[in-house]
Amino acid sequence: MKNHEPRSSSSCAACKLLKRRCTPNCIFAPYFCSDEPTKFAKVHKVFGASNVSKILAEVPEEQREDTVNSLAFEAEARLRDPVYGCIGAIALLQRKTVELQHDLTIARARLALYAATSSSSSSSIILDDHVSMAPFPSVPGCDGLAYSFGQSSSDLSRYGPLNDFGHGPYIS
Amino acid sequence: MISARCAACKYLRRRCHSDCIFSLYFPPNDPQRFASVHKIYGASNVAKILQQLPLTLRAQAAETLYFEAKCRIEDPVYGCVGIISQLYQQLHNGESELAKTQAEIAFLNCNPQVQPIDEANSSNFNNLLPHQYCPPSTPNSWFN
Repeated sequence: MKNHEPRSSSSCAACKLLKRRCTPNCIFAPYFCSDEPTKFAKVHKVFGASNVSKILAEVPEEQREDTVNSLAFEAEARLRDPVYGCIGAIALLQRKTVELQHDLTIARARLALYAATSSSSSSSIILDDHVSMAPFPSVPGCDGLAYSFGQSSSDLSRYGPLNDFGHGPYIS
Repeated sequence: MISARCAACKYLRRRCHSDCIFSLYFPPNDPQRFASVHKIYGASNVAKILQQLPLTLRAQAAETLYFEAKCRIEDPVYGCVGIISQLYQQLHNGESELAKTQAEIAFLNCNPQVQPIDEANSSNFNNLLPHQYCPPSTPNSWFN
């Protein structure tokens, strides 16, 4: 006589997709609700359930929700743009920051001009010319993405060089 | 004579055929490159991603996959999304700085007899702002 165990009516999205029983200690269950099936589907398509499970297992429990959300974001980006994924967004933000820095330099120069040409010179204007923005990694061999923005404790260069991904997204 | 296997086939301990999809992008002299990508995505998923792309774009795709994998290994919680968040914050800070500077310029344009205000006296400047600058949405919206 077969042991017909009642099927769980509250399988998480992961176990539903993987067609397996959702156990009480399922590592996916807290983060992939059954009412969000596409979230896990995308993560599974890009990373694979096994790899996601390993990543979640190595982070503290209180950080797993953020981990899942960032994986979902990366998966979404990669599915939307199979060539560049998230790197497209990084390149775009870097470009915008370069443009912004350019605009800021011009604006500050204009403001400094006011100071230089003000009628009353008794109180000199001291403008804060320190831009508190983190440095960007230099990009060897890629002219478009070599940035530096002054000093900050945040150092993005530890991620290594970022090649020129500024050709825009690839959409098949 | 056994021809050199690519890093992927060496890692996976299999024969590297002439039409191996990994061989062009994971040379044998950089085993860590494939190991990183395989750890995060899995060889099968990487192969699927590369196969769906035109030949001319596969090198770029392999490069970005490697970069993202490195970021994820370095920061298992946020991966490269952490970089995006940092950049977004920097952009936001810069935009605030620019708006403040431009508002100051606009104010001085309207009041040429007034001298530019220094940073130490910014409270006087803030009281004169006609409206509050509204920053763009926070990086958390990336996750929604």
